[in-house]
Formats: sequence, C-alpha cells, structure tokens
Amino acid sequence: MRIETLRQLTLARFREFTREPEAMFWTFVFPLLLAGGLGIAFRDKAPEPSIIAVVVPAAGDSAAAVVASALGATRVMPDSAPLRARTIPADSVDDVLRTGTAALVVLPQAGGGVEYRYDPARPEGRAARQVTDDVLQRAQGRADVVPVRDVTVRERGSRYIDFFLPGLLAMNIMGSSIWSLAFAIVTQRNKKLLKRLVATPMSRLEYLLSFVLSRLVFLGAELAVLLGFGVLVLDVPVRGSLTTLVALAFIGAAAFGAIGLLVSSRSRTVEGVSGLTNLVMMPMWIFSGVFFSSANFPAVIQPLVQALPLTALVDGMRAVMLQGASLGAVLQPVAVLMAYLVVCLAVALKIFRWQ
Amino acid sequence: MTISVTSPLALEVLGLRKSYGDVVAVNGLDLHVTTGQCFGLLGPNGAGKTTTIEICEGLNTPDAGTVRVLGRTWDRDAHWLRTKLGIQLQETQLAEKLSVIETLTLFRSFYVNARSLDDVIGLVQLGEKRTARVGGLSGGQKQRLALACALVGDPQLLFLDEPTTGLDPQSRRQLWTVVEGLKAEGRTILLTTHYMDEAERLCDNIAIVDHGRVIALGTPRQLIASLDAEHVIRLGTGDAGDDAGTVSLAELLTLPGVSGGCETAGSYELRVGSVQAVLPPLLALAATRGVRWTELSTHSATLEDVFVALTGRALRDG
Repeated sequence: MRIETLRQLTLARFREFTREPEAMFWTFVFPLLLAGGLGIAFRDKAPEPSIIAVVVPAAGDSAAAVVASALGATRVMPDSAPLRARTIPADSVDDVLRTGTAALVVLPQAGGGVEYRYDPARPEGRAARQVTDDVLQRAQGRADVVPVRDVTVRERGSRYIDFFLPGLLAMNIMGSSIWSLAFAIVTQRNKKLLKRLVATPMSRLEYLLSFVLSRLVFLGAELAVLLGFGVLVLDVPVRGSLTTLVALAFIGAAAFGAIGLLVSSRSRTVEGVSGLTNLVMMPMWIFSGVFFSSANFPAVIQPLVQALPLTALVDGMRAVMLQGASLGAVLQPVAVLMAYLVVCLAVALKIFRWQ
Repeated sequence: MTISVTSPLALEVLGLRKSYGDVVAVNGLDLHVTTGQCFGLLGPNGAGKTTTIEICEGLNTPDAGTVRVLGRTWDRDAHWLRTKLGIQLQETQLAEKLSVIETLTLFRSFYVNARSLDDVIGLVQLGEKRTARVGGLSGGQKQRLALACALVGDPQLLFLDEPTTGLDPQSRRQLWTVVEGLKAEGRTILLTTHYMDEAERLCDNIAIVDHGRVIALGTPRQLIASLDAEHVIRLGTGDAGDDAGTVSLAELLTLPGVSGGCETAGSYELRVGSVQAVLPPLLALAATRGVRWTELSTHSATLEDVFVALTGRALRDG
C-alpha cells in the first residue's frame, strides 16, 4: 500500500464531493433546516390553556348562567387561567367539535347540571374535561379534602427536539454513508472509470480505504455541524461523554458504509442503485424511531424493528445523549452495528463487480 | 535484486479464444508484437479487437490460448505487469469534477517510477488546460488526457483501444501527432482502430482482424502490395433505367489487366495494375452492351481495399 496513492484517491473523493453543491446541501444544509424547523415548532412555551366552548344559556335560565360565568365564558379571564372559554350558539356545537376549535363543549342543562362533549381519544379533550370540571365544582363550593402542593419541574432533554436530534444525527449518518459510497462507486463503474483504475497498479484495498478515509472526514464535519447546532442553538443536552458519542457515530458510519458497499457492489447504473438504496433505507425511516419512538409498533414486529441497524444507532445515540449512557451501556446496539459491518463487508467484497 | 530479461517480443498471443454465450468474439487469434514497434489491429466493429486487447490488458480472461506480455503471464505477474503497461480504454469517462492536473496527479500516484507531470502534459499538448475541469474539455482533449493517464506511469507497452473513434478530423490528426511522438520515444504500442488511414499512417505492422481471427498480416505496404494491384476502379451499378444493359462481374474479371474484383452493395470494385490499360476495353464493353454506370471512379489501392478484397465487405459496414 502506498500512502501517496491513498492520499490522492482520498483527495479525489473529497474534491468530487465538495464540488457537487447538491451533495453538500443534502448532507449539511438540509438536516440543519429540518432540525431548526422542528426546534421552532416544539420550542419551550408556557403551558397552553384548555380551549373550551360554552353554549349560550337560554334567556332566563339563571342556573345555566351561573355555570357560564363560573367558567369565565362571560368575563375576561387573566392569561394565567387554565381555561379559555367562549360562548357559542346551541346550533354550532357539532361544528366546533368537528373543526377542533375547542377541545370541549359545555352544555349547561336546565336546572343546573352540565353536559360535557369531547373526544376522549384526544389528550386535549380529556385534559379540558378535567380542568373544566375542577373549575366548575370549586366555583360551586366543592372543597378538596386532600391538601395538594404542585411542584413543577422543567426537565431539559424531554422536549421533542431533544428526542429528535439524536435520531436525526443517526439518520444523517445512514444517508450520507450509504449514498456517498453507492453514488460514487456506481458512477465510476458506469463510466468505466472503475475498470480503468483496476488496470493500474492501484490496489483494491487502497481504493476502498480511500472511501473510508474521506467518509471519516465528512462524518467529523457532519457531526460537528449538526451537534453544534443542536447544542448551541437548540440547547439539546449531551449527557454522555462526547468520545462515546463520536465512537458510536463512527461505528454506525462504518456499518452503513458496509451496507452502502453491498448495495453498490453489482449495480451498473445510478438509477438501479437509487432504487436499491431507497429499498434498504425506507423501512428504517419508518420503523427505526427517528421521528417517534419505535416502541409504538406492535410487539409482533418488534424483533424486526430492533434488528434494523438504524434502530440500533438511534437507540444508542439517544441513550448516550439523553441518558448519559457509557459505551458499556450501549453494547447491544454496538453489537448489532458490528454484525452488519462484518456481514455486509464480507458479502460485498465477495460479490463486488470491479469492471 | 531482480534481473529483467527483455524479450524481443513485447506481446505474444497464441490461439486466443473467447466466447460470450453463443457469440464467438475471438476465434483462434495469434499476434506477435516485437519491442519498439507500433502494431495495429485493424477491423470492423465487432471483429473482436476490444476483447483481444482487454485480455492482453489483464481485464478479461480467455477461454483458451496463451498470452505473454513483456515475457510474463497475467496469472503469475499481474501486479508487475500493471506497473509496466499503459492503458487507454475505449469508453472510460474520467471524473468530470477533477481538473486535468488533479486527474493526472491521481494516476501518477499509482506508479513508483512515474514521469513528471509537465513532461506528460507537454507530450499530449494540454498545457493550456492544466487547471481546467475534465467536464469542460472537448472530446479530443479528453482523449489526449486519457492518453496522458496511460503515459504517466512511463509504460514499456501501451495499449490504445480506438483512440480516435468519435473525434473530429482535426482532433484525430492532433492525436496522431501525439502517438507519433510516442513512437519516436521508442515505445511499443498496440492500437486498435477501424480507420484504415489511421492504421496506414501510424502502424509499422498491421493485423487485419475479422470474426475474431487475423485474416492478413504485414506492413501497410506489404498488405496493399498483396492485392497485386496498384489501383481500384469502382463502378456504380445502381438504378440506371430499365433499358440499360448489364454486365456481370465474371465478364469484367476476364478483361485484360484486371487482377481481381468483387461486388459490394450497388457497385463493382475491380483491382487493376494500370487504370490506363483497363479503361479502354472496359468502356468498349460497356458501349456494346448499352451499360450506363452510375459511377466510375478510380483510386490508389488502400488498406480498405485489402479488407474488401479479403472479406467482400467494406470496413465501415461492420
């Protein structure tokens, strides 16, 4: 193996990538936009009040008027109130529920009772019913028998963006690892450049190692950009050691690089390898818990979900970033990734089409 | 310490055979290329030239036959051979995003005893395009860069597979100049082409290949002389009207001074020693039969005529 050969091959990889504006965009800019957008959508806010609607009491029904008044529907409530109520005519109850403009509709009953209408499948509906009922009962003189003290805790690291960022990192590692290999190798094969390179004294090991090296450089850049943005701008915590996180990212990148090599080992056209790449990545986008927890999937398919390499990387990254896990604590995901690395690499080298 | 034994034969191919399924690409082909010569494989598309050259380059394996390159074989000395050969493939497209100098630096890094970049860039006349991206080069410039990539390892033997196919006439001539420069350096070259003018101008020795075997071998001069005719008369037999008379090829061949001939699509070609001697009886025969030739032309015999004489087909027809 010649260092100069390796250096020049890696430099060529590096130049080809950085001179492709689209590749740069999808690797670096797009994930930032995604993280930024989600960071804004799920930013810290005061708890939202429950929005409810109270049907206008019939004229002269004093008991119903009391209900409406107690819920604040007839007076201006302070911003801190747990309820925001407005009155609606009796004939628009269905409309309001259908459009979701209120989580709960209160129908005062003749003689003082109330009827709650809400969708129990919606968490806002259930919360609104609870809050409304408390306000109403207390206004009418209910005394709470157990003394209660609320201590509210704002846990950093429990926001959606905290949950999402490790998943995004993992997904980006998967995408860039698989794509950068698949695209570059198949393009070179398609243009007979691979055949031309094989006809030189360049060794096949040097060729493959140049991909490893250029991936290492870009992985470092990807991690720095995304993690830096997450920590500095979105205030996402990194509770475990940075070394562990980086080590995990590299193991993940190596595993997905091997998958990329396998995907591109036979294809002659970029169109062909694109289809194959999407086929490989699609199930992982859906099942690996990047956007929501993979625990939501039925128990029947859990073994499958857990066996996906992206699930392993996402779980590992989350454990390290959010729970401060050490490398020893994420051995299972590491083992899954290593298994993919070894098997895919072995098969890819066996069936790789050099010409 | 290795002792290099230089064989007078840079390339020796014996009984080469290669089939792809039912298609026989190379069918018992022999070649002997001596050190320092420019050897041409001339033949139509599909004659088996590329398969042959790729087997010699170690990129393909033969079904049967032996190949010795620089006295060595691919099974035993593959790596050594790769360091000594310069290769230009027919369809390689170099990375578009890299510049000329970056591409050459990359290829140069594969060789221990490489030539200087300036040397090679000067040789292929790409000095002005040093820092230009490959994607912005013309077809001729790309071919010359591919040639430079083949040269940068200071090869003992160069394989050029159809180096000028698809180029405009000016680019072809420019590339010929480069190849002539390489010949002047004393490099051994094996080149394939389906242009007879290219083979005639560049090659010391030519093997005419058809259907996977060598059908004629010699210097351009010897091959043309083998026709036993200095000139070719071409007679167009296209639609000359219903009332026009006809003359058969057999009758034409009996005319004095005609040494051979054949019938190709829409014309007869007669090989003759002297046009002046053959034309009067030919025109007399045409007049008595009422034949109206749609074309009558003569030219000095070329390699193309050798191919036509051997196969009854034109080179370009494939």
